[in-house]
Amino acid sequence: MIGILASVIDGVLVGAVYGVAAMGLTLIWGVMNVINLSHGAIIVLGMFVVYFLTNATGVSPYYGIPIVLVVGFAAGVIIYWMSVNRVIGRPILMSLLATFALNMIIIGLATAAWTTSPYNVPISLPGITIQNYTFTGTHIMAAVIAGVIAGLLYLFLHYTRPGRAIRAVASNREAAELNGIPTRRVLAMAFGLGVALACVSGALISTLFPFTVLSGGAYQLKSFVVTVLGGLGNPAGALLGGIALGIVEGLATPFTPVSWTPIIEFGLFVLTLMAFPRGIFSFTRP
Amino acid sequence: MRKSLYLLAAAAFFAAGPALAQETVTIGFTASQTGKLNNDSTAQLRGFEMWRDDVNAAGGIKAGGKSYKVKFVSYDDESTGTRVQQLYTRLITQDKAQFLFSPYSSGLVATAAIISEQYGKVMMSIGGAEEKTYKLGNKYLFQTYTGASQYLAGALDVLKKKNPKAKIAFVYEDDPFSKAVAQATRDLAKKDGFAVALEESYSSSTTDFGPIINKVISSGADVLLGGGHYADGSTLARQLHDQKAKLKWVTLLVAPDSPNFAKLGEPAVGVSVPSQWEPQVTYKPDFGPTPAQFTKEFTAKYKISPGYHAAGGYGGALILQHAIEKAGSIDPAKVAAELNKTDATTLFGQTKFSTDPKSHGLQIGHKMVLAQWQMKDGKLVKEVIWPDNAKTADAKY
Repeated sequence: MIGILASVIDGVLVGAVYGVAAMGLTLIWGVMNVINLSHGAIIVLGMFVVYFLTNATGVSPYYGIPIVLVVGFAAGVIIYWMSVNRVIGRPILMSLLATFALNMIIIGLATAAWTTSPYNVPISLPGITIQNYTFTGTHIMAAVIAGVIAGLLYLFLHYTRPGRAIRAVASNREAAELNGIPTRRVLAMAFGLGVALACVSGALISTLFPFTVLSGGAYQLKSFVVTVLGGLGNPAGALLGGIALGIVEGLATPFTPVSWTPIIEFGLFVLTLMAFPRGIFSFTRP
Repeated sequence: MRKSLYLLAAAAFFAAGPALAQETVTIGFTASQTGKLNNDSTAQLRGFEMWRDDVNAAGGIKAGGKSYKVKFVSYDDESTGTRVQQLYTRLITQDKAQFLFSPYSSGLVATAAIISEQYGKVMMSIGGAEEKTYKLGNKYLFQTYTGASQYLAGALDVLKKKNPKAKIAFVYEDDPFSKAVAQATRDLAKKDGFAVALEESYSSSTTDFGPIINKVISSGADVLLGGGHYADGSTLARQLHDQKAKLKWVTLLVAPDSPNFAKLGEPAVGVSVPSQWEPQVTYKPDFGPTPAQFTKEFTAKYKISPGYHAAGGYGGALILQHAIEKAGSIDPAKVAAELNKTDATTLFGQTKFSTDPKSHGLQIGHKMVLAQWQMKDGKLVKEVIWPDNAKTADAKY
């Protein structure tokens, strides 16, 4: 019994990190109706930034997180003006193609620079042991940071002017424009924020598991599932969705062979889409 | 004055001429310079390269009155089967390789073997322990490693003495090699009266072993046997330690044999590995360097001590060289005939190939050892703990 509980708690811890990964995706999707297919590649970039920072300075990777946030935001704004700006409002296929192309470019450049070999950020923190089960310090730390970031994002979106501008543009772009909000700049900021969140999740994941240039794909898939579970455009929902996914994984593994977990995960994904096509808690009401 | 100088130079040039007219033998192969098999494959590649440098420094392979300098043509297979397929076809058809070394790892060897058999090229399989590949009816494939079914027999032997009632968890990578080892060992374990507490395979790209480790803890296992290759094995070892799995005995395939494994520090203590070869072995070779000479030269050249991948690379190449020399030519059929007759000992151990058409090329002479990382005077050292006639230290349970 305690084994199942331990599995679930571990799932929640890792799920919080998946939630942060999904937050970036769902923000961009909800605000500007762009499905960012380069999400996975950006997560990997976050991992590499932390790896090189830690290698160069020997400092704990957690100090790199604010740097990753800033760098990610700047990169996101640049990407927005370069490729996404022109496809907003166009047929959705165009934004899919644009972000997919970006994905291939990032992965191609990264493979040329760093090859597909595994990399590792060596960090170990003392964990908490209950009976026979240990929750590693890195898992707990990552979940705590994920929670803090989710909280900060919520405060930003609800209690600051730029944040509220983002929510206004997401809700009704024309009305926001009529209210004097510079919507293009707001969209750029939202995209930058989404990319920053993806990078930070990559940074957190790098403290937990080894990674390669191609690791992003798996996390991008999980982000899609979480985004659906939590609702399009709803960052708080994304965190909850991530935790829900973690709980699903935690409940599944004690009873089934570990290789069945993806089947169960994605089966749930399909079922949820059938029941709630816009996600369970939708940000932008239809 | 000038004219005689030119004549002298011309004479010197022509005198040196015949000595410069060297034949070359081209050996083709791929190595995993990128991708998750990178660590183990690089060690094997270094074994090959050291052999090539030693052979060429001694004048090349001497066969049938001629000297053949060894030339390698190699590519990066990126640890994937599709690249192996493309590159071995290229090696044979475009680069005109006369002999082939296999890629590293059973899965890739199986892919390369299809191509090499299609074109009738002799391929030394080095780094491929899964036995099924040799049972599909081949003519020119020769395995240098001991087969997968033998891998964990040593670990079970030690366990029989330390805790015959141990509960064993089998946690292994979902690839042909690890599966073959795990399933063969599980059957052996059941026959020996051990309880199998858990049997789980994980996909090769797994980085989060948390769920599996929780399952291992829940199953109450004392022993964990399994793993796969370096990337997943080293991650599993680290996470087992982080999650304080409290196992009394852990044997992982491949990963702990690499000297890089020691970099894990605490997580590496007590982990054992079935090994094709260790620097401490005392085989007396019929030709080529002794294990000690090989270890010394390798360590001096690469600043890292050799594991069994490097020794296997060097030893397998030596066997090919010996067969070419005995055959007196580089004709593939003649060399294959000599390989079939081979029963020799190199630094790597005894090498003898099965000539039964149903399992042609299977290695039947070579024996495994079991090594364990132990703390000695405050440093991590790999000791050989089995079999008894080769061991350098006692097993720590």
